[in-house]
Amino acid sequence: MAATKNGEARNRVDGYQKVTGQAKYAGEWQPPGLLHGVVLNSTIAKGKILHIETEKALQLDGVLQVFTHENRPPLAHYDKSYQDLDAPPGTPFRPLFDNKILFNMQPIALVVAESLELARYAASLVTVNYEKKQHEVDFEKQLQHAFIPKDYKAVAPPEPWGSPAEAYHDAKHRLSATYTHPSQHHHPMEPHASTVLWEENGRITVYDKIQGALNSQKYLMGVFGLAQEDVRVLSPFVGGAFGSGLRPQYQLFLATMAALELRCSVRVVLSRPQMFSFGHRPKTHQRFSLAASEDGQLQAMIQEVYGETSRFEDYSENVISWPLVLYNCANASLSYKLVGLDVYTPLDMRAPGGASGIFALECAMDELAYQVGMNPLDFRLKNYAEKDQFEDKPFSSKELRECFRQGAEKFGWKNRPNQPRTMQEGHELIGWGLANGAWEANQKPAHAKAVLAVDGKLTVSSATADIGTGTYTIMSQVAAETMGLELEQVTFKLGDSSLPKAPLEGGSATASSVGSAVREACRQLGKKLLELAQEVDGSPLKDIPFWEVEMEAGQLRLKKDPTKAMALTDILHQNQKDSLAATIDSQPSEEQDNYAIYSHSAVFVEVRVDEALGTVRVSRMVNAIAGGRILNPKTAKSQILGGMVWGVGMALEEESVMDTHYGRFINHDLAGYHIPVNADLQELDVIFVEEEDDIVNPIGAKGLGEVGNVAVAPAIVNAIFHATGKRFRDLPVTVDKILENDEV
Amino acid sequence: MEKNTPSPIQKESIMLTINGTVHRLEVEVWTTLLDLLRERLKLTGTKKGCDQGQCGACTVLLDGQRINSCLTLAVMHDGSEITTIEGLAQNGKLNPVQQAFIDRDAFQCGYCTPGQICSAIGLIQEGKAKTKAEVRELMSGNLCRCGAYTHITEVVLEALERSRT
Amino acid sequence: MKPFSYQKVMGITEAVSDLKEKNQSYIIAGGTNLLDLMKVHVMQPQHLIDINGLKLHDISERDGGGLHLGALASNAQTAYHPLVEGRYPLLSQAILAGASAQLRNKATNGGNLLQRTRCSYFYDNSTSCNKREPESGCAALHGYNRDHAILGHSEHCIATHPSDMAVALAALEARVVATGPDGARSIPMADFHRLPSNNPQVDSNLEAEELITGIQLPPEGFAEHYAYLKVRDRASYSFALVSVAVGLRMEGNTILKARVALGGVAHKPWRVPGAEELLEGKEADRENFKVLSEAYLTGSEAFKHNKFKIKLAKQTLVRALMQASNLKL
Repeated sequence: MAATKNGEARNRVDGYQKVTGQAKYAGEWQPPGLLHGVVLNSTIAKGKILHIETEKALQLDGVLQVFTHENRPPLAHYDKSYQDLDAPPGTPFRPLFDNKILFNMQPIALVVAESLELARYAASLVTVNYEKKQHEVDFEKQLQHAFIPKDYKAVAPPEPWGSPAEAYHDAKHRLSATYTHPSQHHHPMEPHASTVLWEENGRITVYDKIQGALNSQKYLMGVFGLAQEDVRVLSPFVGGAFGSGLRPQYQLFLATMAALELRCSVRVVLSRPQMFSFGHRPKTHQRFSLAASEDGQLQAMIQEVYGETSRFEDYSENVISWPLVLYNCANASLSYKLVGLDVYTPLDMRAPGGASGIFALECAMDELAYQVGMNPLDFRLKNYAEKDQFEDKPFSSKELRECFRQGAEKFGWKNRPNQPRTMQEGHELIGWGLANGAWEANQKPAHAKAVLAVDGKLTVSSATADIGTGTYTIMSQVAAETMGLELEQVTFKLGDSSLPKAPLEGGSATASSVGSAVREACRQLGKKLLELAQEVDGSPLKDIPFWEVEMEAGQLRLKKDPTKAMALTDILHQNQKDSLAATIDSQPSEEQDNYAIYSHSAVFVEVRVDEALGTVRVSRMVNAIAGGRILNPKTAKSQILGGMVWGVGMALEEESVMDTHYGRFINHDLAGYHIPVNADLQELDVIFVEEEDDIVNPIGAKGLGEVGNVAVAPAIVNAIFHATGKRFRDLPVTVDKILENDEV
Repeated sequence: MEKNTPSPIQKESIMLTINGTVHRLEVEVWTTLLDLLRERLKLTGTKKGCDQGQCGACTVLLDGQRINSCLTLAVMHDGSEITTIEGLAQNGKLNPVQQAFIDRDAFQCGYCTPGQICSAIGLIQEGKAKTKAEVRELMSGNLCRCGAYTHITEVVLEALERSRT
Repeated sequence: MKPFSYQKVMGITEAVSDLKEKNQSYIIAGGTNLLDLMKVHVMQPQHLIDINGLKLHDISERDGGGLHLGALASNAQTAYHPLVEGRYPLLSQAILAGASAQLRNKATNGGNLLQRTRCSYFYDNSTSCNKREPESGCAALHGYNRDHAILGHSEHCIATHPSDMAVALAALEARVVATGPDGARSIPMADFHRLPSNNPQVDSNLEAEELITGIQLPPEGFAEHYAYLKVRDRASYSFALVSVAVGLRMEGNTILKARVALGGVAHKPWRVPGAEELLEGKEADRENFKVLSEAYLTGSEAFKHNKFKIKLAKQTLVRALMQASNLKL
C-alpha cells in the first residue's frame, strides 16, 4: 500500500554545508603532493596529428609530463572496455588513443605540473601540426544523408497506427510545419573535474563529477584494467550536471592515467570553453503533419525527426513517443533518423528527447487548434489521451485534467481572448500560451542498506547521487518516515562506489527507484527489529506479525494498541547489539509492466513582446504538476522552478553556434552562450495537484527533474504567437527572429 | 629530463586579511585572487565557474565590496581585507542571509551559492536595490543553472526588509 | 597566462616611462578584461604596470561647470555618484546597463574605454583574427557574425566595441584626458576610438605610451531629456546587440540640440553629427525621429547573420528619442 499524504516541506539536510562553503566538489580535494593537469584540445575537426611538440613545455621546472597519443600507457583495446553505463551504440571515444581527430576540441594532450598556473602556461607552449581533412558539421546540408541506426539507444520508431497518410489527406484541417532547435550545452555551474588520489599500494580514490559513482568505477576498471577493490569513486557533491555527468568525461580518463603513470595524485578540471568539447543536446529538425476533423478531433499525427549524432556513436533519444502519450489519435506514424556529423556524440540533457519532441508537438498542436478555431486548452482536452497509445497501456495515474483546471484557474486563462494580437500595454504586446507535457516515471532496480545504531542514529546508504535534486534530503525523509524517527536522527550516504548499487541518477528515476529501495531497506530493518524484540523476555510484541506493528516515535509498537511498544534502541540494548543492518535489492513490481507510468504537467505563460526592439519578456508562468506523491514540497518546488528556468533558456536564449568553417562551437563561453539570469525570471508559480498512485512504486512518488521543464518552451512560443500573431518554429526565439518575421 | 628554465614567474610578498586572519604570503604574480584562495589557502568555498568573469560563482567581498575574484591578481591586493563564504558565520551562527538561503531553498546543487550569498551581502551593503526588479537586476551577475532565482530574490528582498528595520 | 613581470607604480610619470621603456608593457587597473584575455593568451603582456596606487580616483566639478571623472574611479562609483546621477543620468544609466554589479565595482573608467571587442574569433586563438594577429584574416567576415558591426567596418575587421559607458560618453561629447611622454592632452570621444581600417589591431588613438588619467564631461548633461536604451539577448549581464544614447535640449516640444550615439554597431560608438543637426529646431515627433534614424544608418552594410541590426538600430533610435522627449507611442 502506497503512502498517500505528501511529505513534509523540510530544509535540505546538506544545506548548511552548501551555504558555508564546506561542501567539497570534485575539483576541491587537495591531497599532499597534488599535481595539476591541463588539457590541450584540437583546433581542427577532422584529420590527424602529424606531430606534437612538447619540448618547450617539458623544459619548464615544475612540469612533470605531457601526455599525448605518442607516450600514453598501453590501454584497453576493445570498445566494450570503454563503454560506460550510458553509452549509445557504437565505438566510444578514446582520449589519446591515436593520432586521429574526430571532432573539434578533441582532447589531445594533458600537461601535468606542480601548479595550476604553470600547467596552463606550459600547455600554451605545446604546438601541434595537423593534416586536415574536410569535416562535415553542417546539419542542414547533411540532412539528405540521414540514416536509420542499427540500434536506437532509446525508443525505436514503431509501426504506424491506422492509415496516417490517407487520414491526413482526407481531413478538414491540416497542418504541416517544421520545427527546429539548435545544439545546446548543459553548463552546470561546476565545470567537470576529477581529482585522483593515488595511494602507495597503487590503489586510487577518485573524486569525480558524475551522476553515478559506479559508472566511473566501471569505466576506469575497463579502460585501465583495474580490479574493483583498486578503484573507489566518490561524488558526495555534484555542482549540477543535468545529464552532463551521466557518462564519465575525458577529464576522468586523463587524471587517472596521469596518476597511475606518475604515481602521484592528480587533478584535472575543465575550463568553461572546454565544457563545449563533449556531449550536448543534439540539434533536431522535426516535421509535424497533424490533421483534425471539423470539430477538432485529431485524425492524423505524423512526426518525422532528424537528430544529430557523431560519426562514432549513434546517439538517439526519445523524441517520438510524445504524440501518442499525450493525445488520442487513430492514425499516426513516427520516424526518427540520425544525421552523422564530425562532432562529439550528443548526450542526454535535461529531459532528453522530451524537451525536443514536446516542444515541436505542442507548438504544432497550438497551430492546429487555431486552424480548427478552438481555444488551445479545449482542443487539448478534446484529444486527451485516456490511455497511452504508444505502448497500448492504461496510465497508472494521470491527473493532467486537474493540472489544466488548477493551472488555468490560477493563471486566469478564462479571461483570454482567443484571437491573437489583441492584448497590449504600452509598447508591449501581451500573449498567453499553454502547453502540456509528460515524463516517464519508471522505477528501476536499486539497492540500499539501512543501519540502526544503539544510540538511535539511522544510517541509510545507496550509491546514487545528489546533483542538486535533493536526494540527500528526500531519502533521509523516506527513511525517517518509514522508521518513525526524526529527520535529524537519519544520515543518508550516497556518491560512493562502495555503497549498495543504484542506477545512474538521471531521467527523474531516483526518487522512485532509490526511494523505494530506502523504504524497503528500512522495512526490512523493522522486521529484523521485531524478531529481536520478540526474543526479549516479557516482550510486549510476542507473537505479533509485522503487519500488525508500526514504527512511530522511535518505537516499534502495536498498531491497535500503541502502549504495547518497545523503543528501537531498547531492542538493540537488550540484545547486546551495537547496531543492526538490513540490505535490500529493490525491484519494480511486475504489475508496473501493465501500465504506462508518467508524470504530467500543464504550463501557462504570459509573455510581453516588444516588436520594435525584438525583445520577449516572460512575465508570468504557472506550472501545474501531477507528480504522484510529493516527498518534500520545498525541494520539489525548486526542481520545478529550475525546469521552468530551463524552459526560458531553451525558448529564448540557448544556442551552441557551430562555425561550419572551423567545425567548432564558436560562442564557447558564458558570455556567448546565454543562459537565463535572475532578471529574466519574473513571477513563477508551481502547483502540485493531488495524485495518488499505488502502482508506480511503494512510495507513490514520481520524479520531478524533467516534467517541470518539458512543456515550458512550447508554452512560451505559443504565448509569443498569441501576442504577435506570428509563428516561430526555430528556437531560440531571439531578437533577430522577432524582427525578421514580418508576416502577420 | 634536465630542466634548464628557472621558475618563469616573479614572486612578491603581500599581506592579506582574509576572514579576519592576517596572511603574509609570497605569491606568484600570475596567481589570481581566486586561485590563491582555492589552491593555496584551501578556501574552496569560493567557486570557479568560468574563470572569465561571466558567472559570478567566485564572488567575494574585497574591502566590503563584491567583486569577481577570478579577474583580479592576488598581488594587486596587498593590505586588503577579504571576506569569503567561510568568513560569514560568526561564532558558529550563520549570517542571516546564509540561514535564509537554507530556509527558502534558494539553491539546489550549491555550486553558485557561495557567490550568490556574498553577492547578496554586497548588494545589501550597497543600498541601491529597493524593488524586486532592482534586486533581480543587481543579482544578475550570479548565474544559477539550477534556476533558483525566484527563491534567491525572495531571500534578498527579505534581507533588505530586515536591514531597513 | 604567459609569464610577465609586475610593478606597482606610485606616480604617473613612472607609469608613463615604464610604458615607454619596457617591452610589451600594459597598464593594469581593474583588470576585468585584461586578465580575462591574458588567460586565453590573446593578450600576452611581458610587463604589467599596476596603477591602482595612483591618485586618479576623484570625481569632481570642473571650472566652468563640467565634471571630471578620475580614470581609476570604478564604474560603480561613477554611476552612483550624486553629481553623475543628478547631472549626467544618461552616463549613470549606460554604466549600469553594462556588465554586472561585481564587475562594475572593479572595472575602472579608464579601463572601460580600453576594453577589447567581444568578437568570438578574437577570443579564440585557433581562428583567424586581424585584430589579434595582424594579417591572419577575419574569420567573422564569413563566419558567425550576428554580433558584429554594420557601420564603419572594413574587410579586415567587423568587430564592435562592447562598452556601454563609451556610448554615453560619445553622446555627451566627453573628452578623454591622457598623459604621455610629451605631457597631457585631451582627446574628444569622437576621436578616441577608431575604425578598423587596415590595422584593426589598434583600437584607439591613445598612443602606446599614454596613460588615461581621467574623463572630462562638458557642462551640458541633458539631465532633463535623455535615454539609454540597450537591446540584448537577455535581460541583464550581456553585451548590446544595439544600444542608443540620446541627450536632447528642448524647449517645449521643440528640439534645440540633439546628441545621439549608437553602440554595438561599429568599432567605436557611432555618431553622425550631420544627422543630429537634422533635429535642431524640429518638433519632437516620430516622423522627425525616423528621419534621423535613416540618416544614422546611411551607409550601413550588414553580413549574413546581422541584417536585423540595421532595422533594430533604426527602431531603437526612434524609441530612445521618444523616451528622451517623453513622447508616448
